Amino acid sequence: MTFRRILKSKSALAGFVIITLDLILAIFAPFIATHSYDEMDFMYVLAKPGEGGHIFGTDDYGRDIFSRLVYGARVSLMVGVVAVGIGALIGTVLGILSGYFGGFLDSLIMRFMDALLSFPYVLLAIAMMAVLGPGLFNAMIAIGVVMVPSFARVVRSAVLNVKNEDFVIASKVLGASNLRVIFHHIFPNIVPSLIIYSSLNFAGAVISEATLSFLGLGIQPPTPSWGSMLSEAKDFLQVAPHMAIFPGLAILLTCLGFNLLGDGLRDVLDPRLRT
Amino acid sequence: MRKYLVKRLLQVIPTLFFVLLITFLLLKLIPGDPAMVILGPEARAEDIARFRQQLGLDKPVLVQFLLYLKRVLTGDLGKSLIYKQDVLSLILERFPTTFVLSVSALFIAVLVGIPAGILSAVKHNSFTDLLITVLALIGISIPIFWFGMVLIIVFSLKLGWLPAVGLGSLDKGIWDVVKHLILPSFALGILSMGTITRFTRSSMLEVLRQDYVRTAYAKGLRKRLIIYRHALRNALVPIITVIGLQLGNLLAGAVLTETVFALPGLGKLMVDAIMRRDFMLVQGEVLFVAVTYIFINLLVDVVYAVVNPKIRQSYERG
Repeated sequence: MTFRRILKSKSALAGFVIITLDLILAIFAPFIATHSYDEMDFMYVLAKPGEGGHIFGTDDYGRDIFSRLVYGARVSLMVGVVAVGIGALIGTVLGILSGYFGGFLDSLIMRFMDALLSFPYVLLAIAMMAVLGPGLFNAMIAIGVVMVPSFARVVRSAVLNVKNEDFVIASKVLGASNLRVIFHHIFPNIVPSLIIYSSLNFAGAVISEATLSFLGLGIQPPTPSWGSMLSEAKDFLQVAPHMAIFPGLAILLTCLGFNLLGDGLRDVLDPRLRT
Repeated sequence: MRKYLVKRLLQVIPTLFFVLLITFLLLKLIPGDPAMVILGPEARAEDIARFRQQLGLDKPVLVQFLLYLKRVLTGDLGKSLIYKQDVLSLILERFPTTFVLSVSALFIAVLVGIPAGILSAVKHNSFTDLLITVLALIGISIPIFWFGMVLIIVFSLKLGWLPAVGLGSLDKGIWDVVKHLILPSFALGILSMGTITRFTRSSMLEVLRQDYVRTAYAKGLRKRLIIYRHALRNALVPIITVIGLQLGNLLAGAVLTETVFALPGLGKLMVDAIMRRDFMLVQGEVLFVAVTYIFINLLVDVVYAVVNPKIRQSYERG
């Protein structure tokens, strides 16, 4: 029922289609890619789109840009899934603790979250990567940690909304344990907010990964990531603008997809949050 | 009003404390011996020993944190390894560039975002509305460093209208500097432009639905007057907060924009520090930006209280 309503939202549907295409690229990369992502075609270095059978052209090593983009989808989506997973999991636990138990614990957790939020979004991830050292694994952790406070806040306010509802109080009066109340009555009610925020944060994760890789802190060569492809393209803007155009479009479309889906889901699942 | 100010100022203290804790813990994340890593492979053994003592690395973590607090509160953010200079003075040297870039980006974002948002709300559910909504969504989905590259490709390399890199020089007149700032400010501003447009639109839609707007229409006032005099004034109040909060994100976004456009600001300093593993500089810069961000938020809240009597009164009563 809800699913049908979601598909009726044009924005959610558009987002859904884009994300499905991304998923197909990522899963079937070896079948879709026309070349291997690290194969160098020395006859066609910095080839323009269409030259020598390279749809999107080649980079400064003669590697096929289309194929690297297809494989790059894997990195983006993987970082997104793991980072959003980390952020949602830790954020939900902290948000529930904070909202459900209140008091000093609430103040302590929320002040710490406020402090984390005082760091502009990317900056904290950049700083963490600078210290932890570059790499896929560290990037996922850094991006995930940065997301924790926004999840914690959203979950906390969702918990506060249902905490004093009659059904929760009734269940407590009947002698249900805190854990039971949390899992059976509180948690199901925060799921819509979680889904919406996961989708919106996924867009943030994709951009963050691209940002870290662009600065040379994320995924290391020769594994293709859209961000690192842009980083390499930076020095060839004059001779090979196509090196920059396509990876950027891939990032833009993917983020747009998750933002569209998040917006659409918000309209359907929680009209109160509409901005 | 004074009660509100005091209360808001007191709220800053725990946040600042935790921010300091986080920047302190940042260096604790360094794998291996931090003194050896921070000073680099060429450091002499006695220097490492002295450094360890300065940071209190031989003492318990709590003592180390207190030492860090003491250093920071006295304005000592440590010494940069690559520049052999005081971190704070390095930051203050570079800050003006980043500040000018962020403010001009915000200026462009407001200049485009607010009218676009108003137009979108007034023409609700029309093609114009759809177009603006989609463009705004693209604005918040676009990687700004890539947008910067696209601007360079189009306006510098293909059309040759504007310079691609550098800051220009004031000796050649103010126009030279402005010319160098247009592309980076636009690239950086696109992010806030989308957010401001979306927020203005929803805020305006909210206000246009109110009874007093309907009354104004019923009285037969001109549409223009109703939109700008009656609706916009009230819609602008929450927008101010959003605009203020953007400045913090823009300061961070400047890291990327400065990298693309080779501008000598905080961002460039940060990237150099990261590449050459100058951890004191990284730590100092992160702290500086976070503290700036906190104080911008404080300022925004105070301005908000000034323009919105409801907030002020709720504090005066309680």
